[in-house]
Amino acid sequence: MATTAPVKKAWRSLAWLLVIIVALIGANAFGVIKDGATWTPQLALDLEGGTQIVLAPTLEDGQSVSGEQLTQAVSIIRQRVDASGVSEAEITTQGNQNIVVSLPGTPDDATLQRIQASSQLQFRPVLLASQTTSQTVGGEVNADGTTATPSAPAPAVDANGQPLSDTPSSQPTGPGDVAWITPALQDKFDNYVCGSDQSAEAGNPASKEPLVTCDPYGLEKYILGPVEIAGSVITDATAQPETSQSGVSTGAWAVQIIMNNEGTKQFSEVSKRLYGSAEPLNRFAFVLDGSVISAPTMQAQITDGRPSITGGFTQESAKGLADQLKFGALPIGFTVQSLDNISATLGTNQLQMGLIAGLIGLLLVVLYSLLQYRLLGLVTVASLTIAAVLAYLLITLLSWREGYRLSLAGVTGLIVAIGITADSFIVYFERIRDELRDGRGIDSAVQSGWKRAIRTILASDGVNFMAAAILFVLAVGNVRGFALTLGLTTIIDIVVVALFTHPILTLLARTKFYSEGHRFSGLDPRQLGAVYRGRAAFRTPTDSVKAKNAGASREAAKRQTIAERKAAELAAGGDGAKTTPADTSSTNTRKES
Amino acid sequence: MGTFAQFGNDLYTGKRSYNIVGRRKLWYIIAAIMILVSILGPIVRGGFTFGIEFSGGSEFQVVAGKDPDQQKAIEAVDSVVPGQTPRVMVVGSDTVRIQTEQLTDEETGQVRKALAETYNVEEDTITSSFIGASWGQDITRQAILALIVFIVFAAVVMALYFRTWKMSLAAIIALLHDLVITAGVYGITGFEITPAAMIGFLTILGYSLYDTVVVFDKIRENTGRGELNDARTFGQSVNLAVNQTLVRSINTSVVALLPVASILFIGAFILGAGTLRDISLALFIGILVGTYSTIFIAAPTYAHLRENEPEIVKHDNRVRAREAANATEVEKSDADATSKKLAAGGSAAEIGS
Repeated sequence: MATTAPVKKAWRSLAWLLVIIVALIGANAFGVIKDGATWTPQLALDLEGGTQIVLAPTLEDGQSVSGEQLTQAVSIIRQRVDASGVSEAEITTQGNQNIVVSLPGTPDDATLQRIQASSQLQFRPVLLASQTTSQTVGGEVNADGTTATPSAPAPAVDANGQPLSDTPSSQPTGPGDVAWITPALQDKFDNYVCGSDQSAEAGNPASKEPLVTCDPYGLEKYILGPVEIAGSVITDATAQPETSQSGVSTGAWAVQIIMNNEGTKQFSEVSKRLYGSAEPLNRFAFVLDGSVISAPTMQAQITDGRPSITGGFTQESAKGLADQLKFGALPIGFTVQSLDNISATLGTNQLQMGLIAGLIGLLLVVLYSLLQYRLLGLVTVASLTIAAVLAYLLITLLSWREGYRLSLAGVTGLIVAIGITADSFIVYFERIRDELRDGRGIDSAVQSGWKRAIRTILASDGVNFMAAAILFVLAVGNVRGFALTLGLTTIIDIVVVALFTHPILTLLARTKFYSEGHRFSGLDPRQLGAVYRGRAAFRTPTDSVKAKNAGASREAAKRQTIAERKAAELAAGGDGAKTTPADTSSTNTRKES
Repeated sequence: MGTFAQFGNDLYTGKRSYNIVGRRKLWYIIAAIMILVSILGPIVRGGFTFGIEFSGGSEFQVVAGKDPDQQKAIEAVDSVVPGQTPRVMVVGSDTVRIQTEQLTDEETGQVRKALAETYNVEEDTITSSFIGASWGQDITRQAILALIVFIVFAAVVMALYFRTWKMSLAAIIALLHDLVITAGVYGITGFEITPAAMIGFLTILGYSLYDTVVVFDKIRENTGRGELNDARTFGQSVNLAVNQTLVRSINTSVVALLPVASILFIGAFILGAGTLRDISLALFIGILVGTYSTIFIAAPTYAHLRENEPEIVKHDNRVRAREAANATEVEKSDADATSKKLAAGGSAAEIGS
């Protein structure tokens, strides 16, 4: 058998397909070996069980939230969830308005309360600070994955077993007065472990009370006085290169804060008091969501409302703090949009059922195509199998690289895609049949049918992909997982039909079974109405009115006898082509008014 | 298959032909009636049935085993929050679904406990959800936005691809027809509209156009430059294209429906209400309507839109004149059948970039 150009091309395409599959398997294997990925895609909550909370952040005066604030809100919630000791939580944004928190198992009420609390930025004076030494990770995880509720701390007692006094020895004169530190508070401070679950008041510490807390990294713990200035006085905060007195850049970065009039006044008073005080009373803490994001020492009396914080910032850390101050300045509240708690049994059940539905669907499609296309149906089966393998590998890869989780909606998308993928084969096969009906040999029918089919396939898949892409971009909730699998399978469809189905058919067309048009090949020209005239040559049936092989069919039409023509006219509503150059074209899009 | 292939052959050659484009008035009337029913039906029924996601509330699901007794659930809820009338239904074969008004976290916990005791199951096998009232509105807003963006995009892309805005318009008309009718089926039957159903609904968009593009591609081929000869009027050329793709349309809709039907079956009868059923139900209706509308709405509408163009009118008149002449002609020799080399005029309009 001579290897002609189409055959060479076919083998090349198949080789490419193999390269793609091997590369995907390789990438997955790399992930498994190096990165602890798995050979199966991660599952979303509705298939795995767990709790999903959708939160919508709202500003207190009913405004909507900007993108930066949303990012800020996500990081706040992430800290809260981490602080409550829930492992494997996943926090993502959805659209540009919602935050989705996914937790394994069933979180306790305290965790839920904490997640929903609104966050605010506060200025509090530092009364006491100490570097922490021991660090433990808060909370403990029981075997079943639920977080244990920490027992309430036992009331502090002194050496004699008497409860420690909780009332200040003298009435504090202001927020910065050390008189706030009662024996009980001192004891709480001494026993306070950063990152533990004791700060249940996180997010909303009482503003008129002193606060025991840490910085987010648990490096230092503090006793802070009551709130002295509300965070909302900050109108702007930016990261800037630090300059010395003479205006020369020092190479370090600073955070420049701008306050409104009220803030300027309050801050000026605070700075007068703090400047020159003894350590740690000269420090001032910015508290966001109950933890200290910065506690700088007052280096001057600042009366213009434009303090800048310096101290070994890189550009990145300065920008981080500036963002926290700027976007944390507005108190963000969270309203729970929906809270789903799905038991693991239900999840497993749904996954099983989804897979069963998919298999049944696949089986039905295979049966139907065998019925319709005989052995060509086997090509469909093989193509669908390749598509399924590609889809599985891609989703597993996405799961590892992008943290994609397969949801029930995603599974549905995959199942729905079976039909759309199979349709490409149908379009292609029907095109080949059309070419055969026009009297082409099987070899050239496959090639010219392909040229026409691929255009249709690309156009229709393009529309489909566009739908998936738009759904994905504008998605809310579950739609995203569905849109993703639908879009993915559309691309896979094109890859499979170009790199597998077409090459295979090209090669099959060379086999004796097909080139002689076996009855079961699904491409039997005799059954397709082409008139057989010996090996691979067909005379066009007289009533064919195709102009694709224009010469031949018009010729044939002209050679009809009148009787034939009449008969054909009756059948087809007129025939007997005469070649006048058509003076119309569908590309003519002149608008009529 | 033999007969089906034969059916395909006959459609292809024009030996057997369904006059679809010619009877367009009939299809328009049918479409008008269906759209009217789809709009009036839900109104008569008192609007759509929205799922809990749109009204807000709490929902519990208990896998109750062999004997899902609904009364027990009502009592369990009543013991925690008296005076509520929970909606209880059995989904699938063994699951009880209870919907109540919005409960506090504390009440939710208590109801879970009560249900676990009542049905004698582990508390962590109970699924509970709480949905705020604005959740459904959010989804609806996004869905409508997606719908509008998609239609605008699709219209532009198709107009560019087919090089005529008329094809684009015809396809969009068919698409809207599909959407209205699918929504109508939901409204008339009282199927619950849930976010999952909306996903299905939005997917119909893609499918409906997908199907239309395949058929329009063939129409374009049959009416392209050098294809439109004096044998057929424009409408007849369109009709031939529809007939030639009929086998493919039947095969495609069957193949697309099979998996969807299997999800629908599993989702509705085995799992009960949920994502699977809701998506597949909308899709099932949409695919049926979408396939129908491509053939009976999009193609005739397109022919209708083009038929009044002067060139097409001229061409059609020529065809009719020829037909009349042919009918009266006693003898017509095929004298010019000598030259084999006839300018083919190029095959179907090449797709330019």
